[in-house]
Amino acid sequence: MEKLSYVGKSLPRKDAEIKATGAAQYAADRDFAGMLHAAAVRSPRPRIKILSISDAKARKVPGYVTLVTYRDIKGVNKWPVVMQDYPFLPEREARFAGETVALVVADTARAARKAAALVEIKYRELPYVDDPLKALEKGAVKIYGRDNVISSFVIKRGAVDEAFRKAAFTVEGEFSTNYQVHAYLETQGSVAVPEAGGGMTVHSTTQCPFYVLDAVSAALGIPYHKVKILQTVTGGGFGGKEDVPALVASHAALCAAKTGRPVKLIYGRKEDFQSMSKRHPGWARVSYAADKNGKITACRVKYVLDGGAYSTLSPIVLWRGTVHAAGPYKIPNVGIETFAAATNKVPAGAFRGFGQPQICFAQESLIDELAEKAGLDPVRFRLKNLLEPGDRTVTGQRLKSSCGLSELVQAVRSRSGWDKKAATPQVRGDIATGIGFSAVYYGVGLGAKGRYLDRAGALVNVYKDGSVGVNVGNAEMGQGALTVLAQIAAETLNAPYAGVRVEEVDSSKVPDSGPTVASRTTLMSGNAIIEAATPIRERVFKTAHSMLTGLGADPSGGMTAAGGVFSMGGRSVAFKAVVAECWNRRLKMAEQGWYAAPRTTFRLRDGQGDAYGVYSYSADAAEVEVDLKTGVTRVKKIWAAYDVGKIVNPRLALGQAQGGILQGMSWALYENLVYKNGIMVNPNFTDYVIATTADKPEYDITFIEKPYAEGPYRAKGMGEVPLIGVAPAVANAIKNACGARVKSVPLLPEKVWKELKKG
Amino acid sequence: MRPFALKCKVNGLAIEREIPSSRSLLDFIREDLGLKGTKEGCGEGECGACLVLLDGKAVNSCLMMAVQLHGKELVTIEGLKGRDGGLHALQKTFMEEGAVQCGFCTPGLIIASEALLRRKPDATLEDIKQELTGNLCRCTGYEKVLSAVEKARDNRNA
Ligand code: FES
Ligand code: FES
Repeated sequence: MEKLSYVGKSLPRKDAEIKATGAAQYAADRDFAGMLHAAAVRSPRPRIKILSISDAKARKVPGYVTLVTYRDIKGVNKWPVVMQDYPFLPEREARFAGETVALVVADTARAARKAAALVEIKYRELPYVDDPLKALEKGAVKIYGRDNVISSFVIKRGAVDEAFRKAAFTVEGEFSTNYQVHAYLETQGSVAVPEAGGGMTVHSTTQCPFYVLDAVSAALGIPYHKVKILQTVTGGGFGGKEDVPALVASHAALCAAKTGRPVKLIYGRKEDFQSMSKRHPGWARVSYAADKNGKITACRVKYVLDGGAYSTLSPIVLWRGTVHAAGPYKIPNVGIETFAAATNKVPAGAFRGFGQPQICFAQESLIDELAEKAGLDPVRFRLKNLLEPGDRTVTGQRLKSSCGLSELVQAVRSRSGWDKKAATPQVRGDIATGIGFSAVYYGVGLGAKGRYLDRAGALVNVYKDGSVGVNVGNAEMGQGALTVLAQIAAETLNAPYAGVRVEEVDSSKVPDSGPTVASRTTLMSGNAIIEAATPIRERVFKTAHSMLTGLGADPSGGMTAAGGVFSMGGRSVAFKAVVAECWNRRLKMAEQGWYAAPRTTFRLRDGQGDAYGVYSYSADAAEVEVDLKTGVTRVKKIWAAYDVGKIVNPRLALGQAQGGILQGMSWALYENLVYKNGIMVNPNFTDYVIATTADKPEYDITFIEKPYAEGPYRAKGMGEVPLIGVAPAVANAIKNACGARVKSVPLLPEKVWKELKKG
Repeated sequence: MRPFALKCKVNGLAIEREIPSSRSLLDFIREDLGLKGTKEGCGEGECGACLVLLDGKAVNSCLMMAVQLHGKELVTIEGLKGRDGGLHALQKTFMEEGAVQCGFCTPGLIIASEALLRRKPDATLEDIKQELTGNLCRCTGYEKVLSAVEKARDNRNA
């Protein structure tokens, strides 16, 4: 075991103080001399043909400056995401209620909003589709391509029909899940500042500064080197600040380019609900077959996501869902087909879990049903079938050593007192208590479908005074990246942790490092930092050694380096002094690093290949109380265990786990975004309820660190896996408590109650 | 509309300003005073990001008008200090416990907790939970927020 000074310790979070004192500057907190404010004019209906846009009334608002429409776009009116079907501003047709049609610029934010409300859009309504399953029917109104299919995948393996024919037990079920709104506390926002010589600097809350760079350059029609994206302190992302900040930033930049002045565009909560990305609603029909010993022999899945009006990230969200659709089990025969369907609703995109939670809810609920049919306890059934090192996933990928799933299941089983509790659910008065389980795997990084983006850069700069500046291309959004990456830099250089600063992303300092998603930041930016720091480390260590020798140290016992100090033969020198000497010797103390993810593959014809470089794992047990009179469910406790490789900062990891669990629980039980006739009904926190302190369950969290050789200090990825398995664990617990099998998320009281009535 | 001559105390300093009577308290704090530590998360009284202390009580500044500040004393996150003039006890425990992630909810949570502990120095965990139901935090899962407030309470009472 290597001895580590910083990695693996709960060191203080780098950005905690500026946040706790209110000093941190989020996008809305940035002001510039001469700054104007923008507000969006939005489409009122699900699908319209735009006839005209008039600012005749808006002009009368004091402080009004101008209206910005697609005519002001000097670049290409296509936002570059995965497929280029989303215009920065629509020309003829707006495809969902809430879509930005134009922008108003004014002296103050108040004036801009007031004027935006007075802009008149003349339009004709067009027929629309609001149901993804109907969108896929033959006679459906065509709103996207020839068949309303944004994207589609298959995985085929073995002989599925035959396996079902021969099965001793089979189960089948239809499941659905609703939207989830990210509800990051900081809404979307950008400030665009025109630069002399035709450039543009954009301050943006974002997880993906380089997506913003792509978009601003495309919208303005200026080369990348004239655009600079500075990520502001970001008030939560969860996927919601993956793609769409690029749209918001481009709108701000278009306004700034037209007026020649800095322009701030900050979203209100309602428009953020209406127009920014969401977790896709999902629908799935899943069936499993097992032999008489309780071994799963086959799985069939049809999975549909409601993509909304534009494709945005749907193809890759769907792909991740496809790869993980059968669950973390050894299954020889598999038939999976998946579709992202277009509807005239808000485009759905990335949300922690990225297409997995929806299908995981379906398949993990059904695994419990299968266990029951086979006459086995759900945990014992899972243990018989779980993926282990050496096994093949449904894409035919052979798992290497970093796979601790069965240990996780055993840990949660014993910590939760599963065997006794599951066998004896309790009813006291109207309150039934039960426990439910789930197991999850999660491919870390972008995988085969995003492999061209799966690289990251870093710049490590050791200053003369011994302080260290690090620039990376992945973003801090609350998860703790600045801290974890500083630990990795400090560890590699043997620099004092307090003297290492990792900055928010500046797109001009590091090359395009892909998005901050897919739990990839520690792995990708961490490895890039190590690559950059390693040659500096060699110089520092060599210099330290020669300094110690010069001091008369006996070199026979070798030099040790720990906690920012180098020691040999009873003598020691501090990092700071060594760095000063390095500078005296004119050594190179700044380096660039680069890391590209290992090769991944996915054959479109049958979905076979090594889909991801490595997987993280989780097991969850949820204990619930169900009120039999009302159907109200309360989660008392969640036990979870994770294998995310080496934990760089245990306190931060715990925070990621607790936050992810609560988000998953909140989606499972409460969050219910309602659309009626293509219009969002409850775009606010009054009617869209998320979990509060009162709902918080007890958490019991265990980490089992299976080292990943390719990872920085053997780490994998942490961010998403805690959310994914919560909903099915809760649903299975409700079933265990009272017999109600609810097949749609959120697991609202009325749904539980209805199942109870069925008896 | 005639401007309103506002007199009040903000973070210990006496202030006199002419303001439009339609100005919200949140806009006054953020735009007119330039105190950006108070956040807008919803503008509708649902998230608690905009909490400030008005005569020692926590109020949603997004729901109030600036004129309601007249003759009163306002404390924002920037005005919270420890006895030694450094970090406030709650700021310290929030940092120590790991209650800060994205941080956007943090000023509001600290203000709400401070109001509670002033009113009820021996607040129980249940009291704290109840008090903070009006503060949404999407990142932390609340566990560390609650332990940070308990720790500050214990330190204060020690
Ligand atoms: S901004 Fe005031 S409660 Fe949300
Ligand atoms: S820390 Fe992000 S909302 Fe609370």
